[in-house]
Amino acid sequence: MQTFSGLFNYWVVIILMMMGFYMVISQHNLIKKIVGLNVFQVSVFVFYISMGKVKGGTAPILAEGIEIYSNPLPHVLILTAIVVGVATSALALALTVRIKDAFGTIEEDEIEALEIEDQAKNQESLS
Amino acid sequence: MLTQTSILRVVSKLLIPPIMLFALYVQFHGDFGPGGGFQAGVIFASAFILYALIFGVDNARKATPAWLTRLMLASGLLLYAGVGVVAMLLGGDYLDYSMLSSDPHAGQHLGITLIEFGVGTTVAGAMITIFLIFDGRLRAEKED
Amino acid sequence: MAFTAYSLVRLHNLFAVVMLSGIYSLLAAVLYVVMDAVDVAFTEAAVGAGISTILMLGTLALTTRMDKENKLIDPVPLAIVTITGALLIYGTLDMPPYGDPSAPVHHHVGQYYIEKSGEQVGPPNIVTSVLASYRGYDTLGEVTVIFTAAAGVMALIGRSRRRKKKGDKT
Repeated sequence: MQTFSGLFNYWVVIILMMMGFYMVISQHNLIKKIVGLNVFQVSVFVFYISMGKVKGGTAPILAEGIEIYSNPLPHVLILTAIVVGVATSALALALTVRIKDAFGTIEEDEIEALEIEDQAKNQESLS
Repeated sequence: MLTQTSILRVVSKLLIPPIMLFALYVQFHGDFGPGGGFQAGVIFASAFILYALIFGVDNARKATPAWLTRLMLASGLLLYAGVGVVAMLLGGDYLDYSMLSSDPHAGQHLGITLIEFGVGTTVAGAMITIFLIFDGRLRAEKED
Repeated sequence: MAFTAYSLVRLHNLFAVVMLSGIYSLLAAVLYVVMDAVDVAFTEAAVGAGISTILMLGTLALTTRMDKENKLIDPVPLAIVTITGALLIYGTLDMPPYGDPSAPVHHHVGQYYIEKSGEQVGPPNIVTSVLASYRGYDTLGEVTVIFTAAAGVMALIGRSRRRKKKGDKT
């Protein structure tokens, strides 16, 4: 089918995106969540760049004799996005280190249990 | 352990200067081929990170003390914003590079080179800072 | 790449997870080269496969090595993910096929940049000229974000070396 062969890449990328998304919302370990976020981001970028490709074009660097270029606009946006993504990941990892110091664990359900205990103790000491 | 592996020490001593040179090449040839400020900053930082991995954080701190990395971070951003302000003072809009010189093409070229340098400095400073903080804390924990 | 992502979901050894995410980024960089995005491939390889992996390894060294054993498959997240995926695939049915030169996205602003960047700005690398000159404000914001991230990491874990020895945290 025409549509199938034309759109196949997009579907594969969407499947990759969904795997990253699943990692973010279902894993309990904080580091795996951050890795899932990274996977999600990278697949979104691949999606975006694949939209910018022009058949028969080359890299968008002006040179003699080349007529068709790929669209440079997605490249610029994704370049900024990659760098901002690494900045966010660095901050998230620093937060994880602090959480490990404060709670002693990086599994999400254990952290929630500890927080509920802390809140209960605070309420007891206040009342 | 890592400091005693002589193959790693020798190879990294050979590799680190070419890595820095490559970073400078990428920085200033960003106009003609792929590259530019971000890539150059990251590659430059990775040379320092390689040094810190093999020779230890204390040695790396002697090469890039805390005030130097903070200076790199801040000065890159100031350079970028400063170019914009200079363009404004010379009569154009903020960040309008054509005002920087009599020929608009030369002005654009000068402006782009300056801000890419600013970007590269800040990115390199940021990556080195973040890595040295992580690694410094790791050594402190190992000593406990 | 799909195989790498699937292994990432199922593995418990965190060291392997981090290494696989580096491989995932590297594969994405190769894909970018195939799709003519050389600047992006450069940045993704340097940043994703390099810096991200190093920072995650650093965090691993400061925290645990293994993931806790999980119950097998969560039904609610799986349902959310399947519904979102189906909606997205339904959305792509309207898109022009891959690589089509007559797609609307290539015509207005992108075309303008390709044609005019040589005369108006100068350098042959269109991506650099767009990034630095046409969209200079965005790049300024991006540098500010990196600066803030470094400052944030310094504030979060920069100073605690001394405090850990005294025992308490404020």
